[in-house]
Amino acid sequence: MKKDWPLWEVFVRSKNGLEHRHFGSLHAADAEMALENARDVYTRRNEGVSIWVVESKYITASNPADNGEFFEPAQDKIYRHPTFYDLPDEVKHM
Amino acid sequence: MKDQDLYNYILGIADNSLILGQRLGELCGHGPNLETDIALTNIALDLFGQTRSYYQYAAKIAGDGRTEDDIAMLRNERDYKNVLLVEQPNTHFGHVIARQFLFDVYHLQLMNALQHSEDEILVAIARKGVKEVSYHKRFSGDWLKRLGDGTDESKQKIQEAIDHFWPYTDELFDMTDSDKRMADQGIGVDMTALKDDYYKQISEVLDEATLTVPDNPYSKRGGKQGIHTEHMGYILTELQYMQRTYPNMTW
Repeated sequence: MKKDWPLWEVFVRSKNGLEHRHFGSLHAADAEMALENARDVYTRRNEGVSIWVVESKYITASNPADNGEFFEPAQDKIYRHPTFYDLPDEVKHM
Repeated sequence: MKDQDLYNYILGIADNSLILGQRLGELCGHGPNLETDIALTNIALDLFGQTRSYYQYAAKIAGDGRTEDDIAMLRNERDYKNVLLVEQPNTHFGHVIARQFLFDVYHLQLMNALQHSEDEILVAIARKGVKEVSYHKRFSGDWLKRLGDGTDESKQKIQEAIDHFWPYTDELFDMTDSDKRMADQGIGVDMTALKDDYYKQISEVLDEATLTVPDNPYSKRGGKQGIHTEHMGYILTELQYMQRTYPNMTW
């Protein structure tokens, strides 16, 4: 049965106001079953208020082999980070 | 016991959930795949949660020092009043879904009606239960349609399962003397009034699943009087093993 089912990625919003986050993946025959499976597999301990599912094949992922050109150029440019400002004490949550 | 009828009535409801939960619990780690395995054991845990509320209430009514666990674990077979449907074996996934769906439709009717009971505690239990049972029915109903409208093999297997369990449905609407007195007092639910709607709901889903509504006038009953099928002894053996072997053992 399972070998015929495509893989789905599950995104769960834990609380209103927060973003959906990737929780994991599962197998299901279609979107409706994927939602129900996600409900049972990932939210049975009160983890969420909203679920998104998307079939894994629709996600385009970066190739780990390209990590050099994709990510490394950002590592040595500290001037791209706003770390040179003095934050007033009144500013919270920065 | 002052409220013997209420005690009997509560046990009639609670025992269905306990025994069906035990049956579903057997699938833990043995479901067809990870997703349905977890879904079915979730349902089992929902049912056990409900039985706790019922047995706690029953223990209070009994007032003879017995706890919820004593009532759940230490009765003899004849003292369990669950319907025969819920004690039937899992056999295969089609049987699990058919048994579940035939029970869930009834169970949701009961939870809906019980919210109008004169008994506040039963109302509170039903209000909590109705959300859980709505999901159970959605799960089993969706699967029934998938299997019925699936492959030739799945259709044949789910039809065979529906046909197999059909004779057990009539008993769901039997009312014991205690049930009748509770219904008269506005505490219990008059199940006979819900029977037509039950078969109407079932027929609609079977139609949608491209399955045939069985035309079998024969019915099997007895669980509500404590007369069970051969399966019940085996269920209780497993259910009661720990308390019988190590009396008063706790976690």
